Amino acid sequence: MAECGRVDSSTSRHTMDKSITLPPDEIFRNLENAKRFAIDIGGSLTKLAYYSTVQHKVAKVRSFDHTAKEAASDKLYEISVQEEVTARLHFIKFENAYIETCLDFIKDHLVNTETKVIKATGGGAHKFKELIEKKLGLKVDKEDEMTCLIKGCNFVLRNIPHEAFVYAKHADSEFRFQTTHPDIFPYLLVNIGSGVSIVKVESEDKFERIGGSSIGGGTFWGLGALLTKTKRFDELLQLASKGQHTSVDMLVKDIYGGSYGSLGLTGDLIASSFGKSATAEKEFSKEDMAKSLLHMISNDIGQLACLYAKLHNLSRVYFGGFFIRGHPVTMHTITYSINFFTKGEVQALFLRHEGYLGAIGAFLKGAEEDNPNQYSWGENYAGSSGLMSVSPDMNPMQRARSGTFDMLEMDRLERQLVNLPLLQDPSSYIPDTVDLTEDALAREYWLYCFEEALDGVVKRAVASQPDMPEAAERAEKFRQKYRHKLQTLRHQPFAYGSLTVRSLLDTREHCLNEFNFPDPYSKIKQRENDVALRYYQKAVKSLEKLSWEERQFALVRGVLAGNVFDWGAKAVSDVLESDPEFGFEEAKRQLEERPWLVDCYDQWFERIKGPPHKCALFFVDNSGVDIILGVMPFVRELLSRGTEVVLASNSGPALNDVTNGELQILTEKIAAMDSVIQAGLKEDRLTLVQSGSSSPCLDLSRLDKVLATVVRERKTDLVIIEGMGRAIHTNYYAMLSCESLKMAVIKNSWLADRLGGKLFSVVFKYEVPAGRPSLDSTALTPS
Amino acid sequence: MAFNGHQRDDDIIDEDETPTKQPRSSKEMPGLCRNEPNNEAAAPAGRATTDRRTSNSTARHRKDSLKKSRPPFPWFGMDIGGTLVKLVYFEPKDITAEEEQEEVENLKSIRRYLTSNTAYGKTGIRDVHLELQDLTLCGRTGNLHFIRFPTHDLPAFLQMGRNKHFSSLHTTLCATGGGAYKFESDFRTMADLELHKLDELDCLIRGVLYIDSVVSSGPSECYYFENPTDPDRCVQRPYTLENPYPLLLVNIGSGVSILAVYSENNYKRVTGTSLGGGTFLGLCCLLTGCSTFEEALEMASQGESTRVDKLVRDIYGGDYERFGLPGWAVASSFGNMMSKEKRESVSKEDLARATLVTITNNIGSITRMCALNENIERVVFVGNFLRVNTLSMKLLAYAMDYWSKGQLKALFLQHEGYFGAVGALLELLHPS
Repeated sequence: MAECGRVDSSTSRHTMDKSITLPPDEIFRNLENAKRFAIDIGGSLTKLAYYSTVQHKVAKVRSFDHTAKEAASDKLYEISVQEEVTARLHFIKFENAYIETCLDFIKDHLVNTETKVIKATGGGAHKFKELIEKKLGLKVDKEDEMTCLIKGCNFVLRNIPHEAFVYAKHADSEFRFQTTHPDIFPYLLVNIGSGVSIVKVESEDKFERIGGSSIGGGTFWGLGALLTKTKRFDELLQLASKGQHTSVDMLVKDIYGGSYGSLGLTGDLIASSFGKSATAEKEFSKEDMAKSLLHMISNDIGQLACLYAKLHNLSRVYFGGFFIRGHPVTMHTITYSINFFTKGEVQALFLRHEGYLGAIGAFLKGAEEDNPNQYSWGENYAGSSGLMSVSPDMNPMQRARSGTFDMLEMDRLERQLVNLPLLQDPSSYIPDTVDLTEDALAREYWLYCFEEALDGVVKRAVASQPDMPEAAERAEKFRQKYRHKLQTLRHQPFAYGSLTVRSLLDTREHCLNEFNFPDPYSKIKQRENDVALRYYQKAVKSLEKLSWEERQFALVRGVLAGNVFDWGAKAVSDVLESDPEFGFEEAKRQLEERPWLVDCYDQWFERIKGPPHKCALFFVDNSGVDIILGVMPFVRELLSRGTEVVLASNSGPALNDVTNGELQILTEKIAAMDSVIQAGLKEDRLTLVQSGSSSPCLDLSRLDKVLATVVRERKTDLVIIEGMGRAIHTNYYAMLSCESLKMAVIKNSWLADRLGGKLFSVVFKYEVPAGRPSLDSTALTPS
Repeated sequence: MAFNGHQRDDDIIDEDETPTKQPRSSKEMPGLCRNEPNNEAAAPAGRATTDRRTSNSTARHRKDSLKKSRPPFPWFGMDIGGTLVKLVYFEPKDITAEEEQEEVENLKSIRRYLTSNTAYGKTGIRDVHLELQDLTLCGRTGNLHFIRFPTHDLPAFLQMGRNKHFSSLHTTLCATGGGAYKFESDFRTMADLELHKLDELDCLIRGVLYIDSVVSSGPSECYYFENPTDPDRCVQRPYTLENPYPLLLVNIGSGVSILAVYSENNYKRVTGTSLGGGTFLGLCCLLTGCSTFEEALEMASQGESTRVDKLVRDIYGGDYERFGLPGWAVASSFGNMMSKEKRESVSKEDLARATLVTITNNIGSITRMCALNENIERVVFVGNFLRVNTLSMKLLAYAMDYWSKGQLKALFLQHEGYFGAVGALLELLHPS
């Protein structure tokens, strides 16, 4: 049911400063080219949505035209920074009290004249209709609330990994994020506004309100206000969190003296809500009454939700609405109730962006001609506020601030992302190896590690743009932004879903992009690629001299040694920076001798004595020595064996990882020197695809659709994943439906220590899916 | 709205009872005192009908053998709930002169005390209109009396038992309800009485089936509301619970238990809710300052819940057609009370009415979901929340009919809250 129009807002808001505490241009970003507005006005919060186009710099590489004179340059290829336009969705949430100020700000900055209409939803939409039309000169077009809600819900479930979570009050981490199922339907949405609506969602367009209840948030608020003379919803919740319901409720033990054993009803269960207040003689405390009321309503909603879930045979039940909206007290009582009534069979799920669903849905309704549902979208960590902390010991300033304005930004991804078809069970696939939300020690370390590395990143960012005098200033802004993110994550590790090394790396990339440092490593990569290419033929020749048996091992060692070259890892970047001559041979000497930390080489060797693979998919890692001297000779051998190879590299830059653009050029150069590679390209047995990612890690559930098609068409039967980011931080436990090879050198002493190895320990993990003779069952367990 | 139940209560105080208000006469249900409990377990679904056809003469033949297994008087059944204690007392009317002489003074005094009064102390009440006359139980004929008092007055009751030397009668006191467990030691220490504790749901079902089967004249034990969705044509009609199974039995006491009953001995508790009669009274006391159920109901009968609740039409201006919600449906119980002005403009009566409607509708909606999940179409509502509460009964009847599009039927029983106590009495006479 609709959120009610808030009537008390003027009286209860009097203590709140109505001026905007954050600079508005940091909130309403990119307003200059904003279009397609949508607004969702609830009982107390307004959610504004708009679409903008973001111009930002991207690094492009281009081969020199060798016929021209510029070829005289000693550079391998040309790097240029170009402007690229991408689409972004902005969602801003603020208290209704700010609505007028916000509308004024938007009016002053709105340049786009195409915009004529603003889609509106929410119970308060009619109340502010005139104000919006007057201020913005846009026609308010009302959309059905429930339709918007469902559309928004589908959108976040599909596009935001870790959108849904289970709430556990007493666990180490209160939030346990769920991996997004590839198939989000069917599900039950229980929207607790002033009343309760229970909606069964079967597909994008098919949903049905199967039931509801009049006992909802409005009952808690209205009845609570009558009982406690407390006007504000938040204050009522606060009262409730301090109260003891047992003085008001009649428990089973009040009737039985203990439990009702034969029915398995424990003594502490509530037999009759408010059963003890049936007397005119006693006074009850506000806190106790509020608590009893909260329990009564939460239990009742939980019970009905379970009955509906059971009747319709649904196990995914999401809860939303203003009664829930991030309030730990209500999430806890609802979770408790669901657990009680379903005996754990159904989990109560909540959504990180629950408050935005209506606005997102209204926006999507208005943007249908742009086909937003045809694209993949990604949460921009730099521009989004993240989930507000609910822990009571959270700094009150931060609470107040994040409560005032909350933002969500979603970038339209250039490529549509899908699952790798070779995942054994897409619904249970979790990319990340360690969940830092739950592992406090690991979290400490990595947050510290990223903070330590910040100076170096800033330095390199500035150095990457020597011709731009304001680069230093921008880099400083980047430093502040990323440091702030790290601080937030220290307090609220759950802010963007599960905290992982991957999310920390991705957040850094988003922040760098935000301040127009699209590729700080471009020049380093260029130089390294250049140097490595010069050694390519020599490396191949020396490999060819070896016996078949020796060569197989040398190829593997080559990939591993190449992987030592990595600017992303602190231990290595220190060495590289102090000694640029650190060579390939030196790297080989650094490598751990066999047996490695994880050593399946013998099984791999046995395997390659057998028939060649049909097609290998190789997720590559770094530029320079890694890709040219490590990976390419390995690829060459595969091609020689008759195995087709698909090289998957990043679509966008991340650290010194080789990008698809760079790899195209490098492969051409190598083909010019190497007939095997040349033939592979010509005969279409060597294919280069982009992964769809711009991360140093790898999420196999969000890969470029083209890659998935190629993988399927070529009947890929071997997946090779290389590097710490892709094979250890992520995918170490990934189960594939074909053979897989995970190769990495551990270049972080803390991680090495944790895995029971040492710096430059080797992970060489060869796996054959269950059902086929398994050769390895190595587990990576912390020592 | 007329408040039928309340008027009926007034009539009870009136000694000059009209013929229609006469306590109902009943006849023996012979199956009851059989000494072969196994037969009972095998009782078919249509048991009530079969038993009714059994002639009285059969029962008479059994009298002598029954005499030996019969427990000594007095015969009580007790149900100690969270709010009310329900007591049934069998008053034998076929006492022979010989028996009269043998009868100890204590027993006589108890009988006289209970049967010559309709109120006990400040709070004890005998529901005269429910009394079952000429009932034959274990070969004895007499009247079954229905008495209730608040659970918090149990100490006074025990004191009375002590004063009347109840323990000297060596009777077994069969008791059910949570209080049988909670107050077991009080019975022992204060009144020197040992309780025979019984499961409340077993007793409830036994009581319902028994009472329904023995009441054959006078107003039907079971009834329903015809045309529940049309207030002008809504009338109470008798209902024959001939083939009762499967049925959903909803017991609304302080809290609510919902049972799916498939046969006399085959039932399960489907679920329950803590939003029950205790919640109605508890909230009414807090919101209006009243202190009794009767007061709360009286206020509710005069109030208007639509001033308190937010209706669908308050939000959408009419029906919410997209979801087939009629404008009159409550969207948010107490939803209007979010507004300060509206809080200041409602009366206590409005609040009492809204509380009653909220609790009743919620029970209705949980019941309806259970009926769907269990695939049962007949729902019997019992429990003392419904006592003199026609308002709630009609609401339940309406809700069942409307939201199920006529699929579900809400049934009610005259002896609303006493079935547990009756079940306890039956256990005394015929241990299962």
